[in-house]
Amino acid sequence: MNRLLTATVIVFLLALAGCATTPSEQAGAAVEDRGKPGGPPAAPKPADVGAKPLVEKPVGAAALKDPGNILSRRSVYFDFDSNLVKDEFRPLVTAHARYLQQNPGTRMRIEGNADERGSREYNIALGQRRSEAVKQMMQLLGARPDQIESVSFGEEKPRTTGHDEASWAENRRADIVYQGE
Amino acid sequence: MSLRGDTPQGRTVMPTAIIRPMKMIWLQRLVYAVAFLLPLAPLSSARAALTIEIIGSGATQFPVAVVPFRAEGGLAQPITPVIASDLARSGLFRMVDSGGLNPLPHEPQDLNYSIWRARSADAVVIGSVSPLSDGRYDVRFRLMDVAKQVQLAGFSYTASAAQLRLTAHRIADVVYETLTGAKGVFSTRVAYIVKKGKRYELQVADADGYGAQTVRWSDEPILSPSWSPDGTRLAYVSLERKKPVVYVQSLTTGKYQAVANYWGSNSAPAWSPDGKILAVVLSKDGGSQIFFINSEGKGEPRRMTFSAAIDTEPNFSPDGALMLFTSDRGGSPQIYGMPVTGGEARRLTFEGSYNVTPRFSPDGKSFTFIQRNGGRFNVAVQDLTTRQVQVLTDGVIDESPSFAPNGRMILYATEARGRGVLSAVSSDGRVKQRLTEEAGDVREPAWGPYPK
Repeated sequence: MNRLLTATVIVFLLALAGCATTPSEQAGAAVEDRGKPGGPPAAPKPADVGAKPLVEKPVGAAALKDPGNILSRRSVYFDFDSNLVKDEFRPLVTAHARYLQQNPGTRMRIEGNADERGSREYNIALGQRRSEAVKQMMQLLGARPDQIESVSFGEEKPRTTGHDEASWAENRRADIVYQGE
Repeated sequence: MSLRGDTPQGRTVMPTAIIRPMKMIWLQRLVYAVAFLLPLAPLSSARAALTIEIIGSGATQFPVAVVPFRAEGGLAQPITPVIASDLARSGLFRMVDSGGLNPLPHEPQDLNYSIWRARSADAVVIGSVSPLSDGRYDVRFRLMDVAKQVQLAGFSYTASAAQLRLTAHRIADVVYETLTGAKGVFSTRVAYIVKKGKRYELQVADADGYGAQTVRWSDEPILSPSWSPDGTRLAYVSLERKKPVVYVQSLTTGKYQAVANYWGSNSAPAWSPDGKILAVVLSKDGGSQIFFINSEGKGEPRRMTFSAAIDTEPNFSPDGALMLFTSDRGGSPQIYGMPVTGGEARRLTFEGSYNVTPRFSPDGKSFTFIQRNGGRFNVAVQDLTTRQVQVLTDGVIDESPSFAPNGRMILYATEARGRGVLSAVSSDGRVKQRLTEEAGDVREPAWGPYPK
């Protein structure tokens, strides 16, 4: 069930990412935009139907809570024993990196998590590695290092408490939390 | 066996085996102890019958009877059930029935040794409790050798009502040390974390699980409690500041302070044997690396490992010269050792793809750790010289092993019916015991040092 949900969310995110990335690519962020060769067909580009980029305000804090905005998506999921940020999460990470860039006074914490298997302290380190992987990608995309504190909860704060692969996958995760949230 | 020297008859000298517990008692001022001024039979002759090497191949249980003490029935905390339970729990003693005797023997001259021989007891614990005028109690006991009909140990203690349980543990320690040659750990304490709903409690209890006290609680996780070598402070990790921060807390005053709260995560505290240094894992420079900090949180952290990998779970050797830690620098988490002065780390574990959480044995000759075998995580011990590995447990998820200060047992966390429980296994794997009821979700045990 979780996997299905995750997959649904991902498809949704990819579609959103297609829209959200367009305006700021004009701003010159050289973002690789080939993340969907095997994915679902891309939504029609706004340009094809006469987009109105001026309607887009600079992204404000409200976007962080707007369920329709990719910035409300805060979780990056990882494979077992991996800290690789998978392609499907690049749009999400990119959007947050851009937000930090556009809002230089903004700070965030990235909270790494691990599944319950294995040593608690080693899992703190695994979660740390995941949160740092996301931070690193955001830095490459223009965020300042001092805007992002990477921390880890290890296996201590699981989102789901089951003892199966679906639960473990749900808990191998890095969460983005903005200062003040 | 050098633990029991010859003691010439008539001298008021205690067996050396009992001197150390006496010191502890004196220093703690918890109970006032005096040796019985009684003639002691030459112990050299008794040694053959009673010096039994319990740990090792062909280990047997030592048959011992604990006779209810005179006048203990009126106490809120009877003494002998605690002694018997301590001894039985160690797995090294078989409790011989002491029922059906009238009158009960309380003094050596009361003992009819033929009865105890018939019940196959090798030793008998007798004693008495007498109220004192100041409200405290005089508790005295003797450990008698049935075969030789001699006294092996005997002490009296002055204890308040609140100290009766501790006094019973002290007596069990003396019995244990006299009969096995290893120091007893019944009067030591353990620390652990209990999760009750959303609340996390750091608790300290007697080694038998009684007298549990909550030292610290939080709605955020607490983990990795670690005893200072003198048993007066605990270091631990709390997530109450929305990130892992290392705290040190005094058990005497209850005061706590953050000693490692740097940018990123701060975790895995371990004390140096002199109590001055804490090894911690910090991510302030990126990655998880081991640093040394002052245990009072003063000064700058000194970085000890320089890898691009995870280095965590540091642990000092008892002599303070070596540090064990977990690292995945070789591709999978394995245990490494390095001098605390810095220098090259040497890989120590090679069996399997997941070896973590190393903790030195008190004699520094081996270490316990968690090894993944198939899908299971189990407690293992590796000899530092021979590199021989023995897997001691067979749970699904066993975690956080720590040696008892006498090196004979290893306390660890495991799961039973979906809940965390504490268990202990003898370091030879023969004796296993569950230490706690399944009332809460208990994890992260750490066996404390001898009281000083």
